[in-house]
Amino acid sequence: MPDGTLRPAFQKYGDWMAEEDQARLRKKQREADDVFRLTGITFNVYGRSEAEERLIPFDIVPRIISGREWSRLSRGIEQRVRAINAFLYDIYHKQEIIRAGRLPISAIAQNDAFLPQMIGVSPPGGIYTHIVGIDLVRTGPDEFFVLEDNARTPSGVSYMLENRETMLQMFPELFSANRVKPVGHYPRSLRRSLAACAPSCATDTPTVAVLTPGIYNSAFFEHSFLADQMGAELVEGHDLRVVDGRVAMRTTQGYKPIDVLYRRVDDEYLDPLNFDPESALGIPGIMDVYRSGKITIANAPGTGIADDKAIYSYMPEIVEFYTGEKPLLPNVQTWRCSDPESLAYVLENLSELVVKEVHGSGGYGMLIGPTATKADLKKFRAKLKARPSNYIAQPTLALSTVPIFTRSGLAPRHVDLRPFVLVSPDGIEITPGGLTRVALKKGSLVVNSSQGGGTKDTWVLEE
Amino acid sequence: MLGKTAGGVYWMYRYLERAENTARMIETGQRIALTRTNAGEDEWASVLQSASVYDTYMAKHGEIRKELAIDWMLRDKDNGSSVMSCIGMARQNARLVRTALTHDVWEAVNGCYIRAQDMLARKVSERDLPESLTTLRQRTALVRGATHGTMLRNDIYDFARIGTFIERADNTGRILDVKYYVLLPTASSVGSRLDNVQWETILRSVSAEGGYRMNYGLNIRPRDIAQFLILDRRMPRSLAFCVSKLRDNLLYLSTDYGTRSPAHNKADKLCRRFISHDVDAIFDYGLHEYIQDILNAIGDLSRQIEIDYRFTE
Repeated sequence: MPDGTLRPAFQKYGDWMAEEDQARLRKKQREADDVFRLTGITFNVYGRSEAEERLIPFDIVPRIISGREWSRLSRGIEQRVRAINAFLYDIYHKQEIIRAGRLPISAIAQNDAFLPQMIGVSPPGGIYTHIVGIDLVRTGPDEFFVLEDNARTPSGVSYMLENRETMLQMFPELFSANRVKPVGHYPRSLRRSLAACAPSCATDTPTVAVLTPGIYNSAFFEHSFLADQMGAELVEGHDLRVVDGRVAMRTTQGYKPIDVLYRRVDDEYLDPLNFDPESALGIPGIMDVYRSGKITIANAPGTGIADDKAIYSYMPEIVEFYTGEKPLLPNVQTWRCSDPESLAYVLENLSELVVKEVHGSGGYGMLIGPTATKADLKKFRAKLKARPSNYIAQPTLALSTVPIFTRSGLAPRHVDLRPFVLVSPDGIEITPGGLTRVALKKGSLVVNSSQGGGTKDTWVLEE
Repeated sequence: MLGKTAGGVYWMYRYLERAENTARMIETGQRIALTRTNAGEDEWASVLQSASVYDTYMAKHGEIRKELAIDWMLRDKDNGSSVMSCIGMARQNARLVRTALTHDVWEAVNGCYIRAQDMLARKVSERDLPESLTTLRQRTALVRGATHGTMLRNDIYDFARIGTFIERADNTGRILDVKYYVLLPTASSVGSRLDNVQWETILRSVSAEGGYRMNYGLNIRPRDIAQFLILDRRMPRSLAFCVSKLRDNLLYLSTDYGTRSPAHNKADKLCRRFISHDVDAIFDYGLHEYIQDILNAIGDLSRQIEIDYRFTE
């Protein structure tokens, strides 16, 4: 904490740390890197040579959240995820929220993330977002904000699991001294949750497959990891085709139907017949099978409309409209640049704001005002004026920091938190903790792995 | 299992086997060069031929030089059969089919790749060559050991074995194909100095020196080499051994899947070519024609396997 004392949740860890030899810890840090390399927990960097695989830097100091804080947080997350699913059903059916005047039709009508092909389609089990990752930041004790809702194909859960595995291997004594809520059941829960959403034509043990864009995708490790842990097949588009009205995979004994497809490809690469005809990744006709209710696609096509950055600014209204409650988790204040008054404000205060592309992700194409050069600011000013509706702006938050292990001892760095949420007709399950991403550069606010961020194990302590 | 996964497992083990075979050829070449006082460039030409990389090597370098030959076979990226290329491809396929492998196998193959990358990042000096080659052989053996010790005996395992034995049979067949003329009975039974080098090269290239000695004693005779490498059922790199293992694993697949595949029939037919226990019959038929027949049949069988088990579409 700013006064130099430890938060109570950190007390036991702090006592342990004070007794530790720095040289031993440095050795442990190197050991961790070797474990990650041998296990192959790597990601491919876009636009680099195909052979290049990198490790996401792992920091050995856990991020610790108290049980009490966590239960407050998880109530807020659950409320938000319920609202997102209700919103998706509504927006692809009667659009009550627009009729009620709580969301302007323009937010949907000119939005590429809205899939007209999904209008009137009801996904099996009524679930749109089977897996959600809500990005949170903290600005003070019990002050968490939602930065982003990842309702399409949130990634990073394999790091949550492997980070914990690595910590258990390296520091068993810490887990004896602290009562840390386990996370290892996630793959089992994921499988159960997906199976619970299987279409009615499925057998009692539905066939689940993970759809990956392939070995060169940045998250390929995660795709194969999850398939492996769930006991599911890992498929690519060219392993699948529509056979007798079902989506089927090519096995050594012929085509076998799939019930649930956990897809890790974007909507536009799902079906060249229904979306991008140029795509080599998709399965021609899968959308027709989907519309006839013979396959579950997780997450459902078209869920991107719920995590779109322009829709984000309406989330407080969305939560209230569908749950009848005030949102438990606040949004970060957001200016929609499509609105002329907001645009004027943003242009006036550009050097103090963070500007994001409405459809961007991965920390690409964003401007961080306080650290931007004059040339960057000028460039963004021009971009904003040219296509205001493509941008939103947010204040730079006074993010809280957590300690990381550096060559010169512990040092504070900014972090965010992505808890992973599973949704099925049986209910909502949130794995305690999630993925903590950390900006390793001093003072930096960007935590994305593609931009030099690292990760930490995240502990939620038993109350 | 997915057809693609079967193909990935099959190729992973083919490449591992090829990496090991190429490493062994380099070892053989180096050994001969060091122990024969007037061994020249010819031996390296013959090693390159046995590894089926002579033409591509000459296209790049145009002349035979020991360091160039070693580098080409060990780590040149332009040579798809160099040890480094093979280990890279084995690991690439392993990544693709990771869900079909045990943790032990994945870590062994990934560890092999990481070690090879470190070791082969730069040109390997003559002084470091023996250690590097030993390490590479140990690392590939570790993958095989982990496979043997941890993988379920199911269809995945069958495809791993099939890949291994197709590659191994092909390798032994190619060495015989390149060297058949030194094994012909018309050659002197005492053997010139040159023949002796050639015979030693053949035996070493398939790690058969010790096994041969155990069976035939110290006298190296071309007829016995041919008998040993073609027909011996105990020698794990003989053609007869590899082909019978191939047939066994195809039989397990047929039993498992409840249908007999065309590949299984082809393997049965191929096995019948080894029924004779006497190599003289093969010499009568014509050694070179026989080896080429077998190589063609192995190539045909591997294509049939890819079709029957739907590796690609």
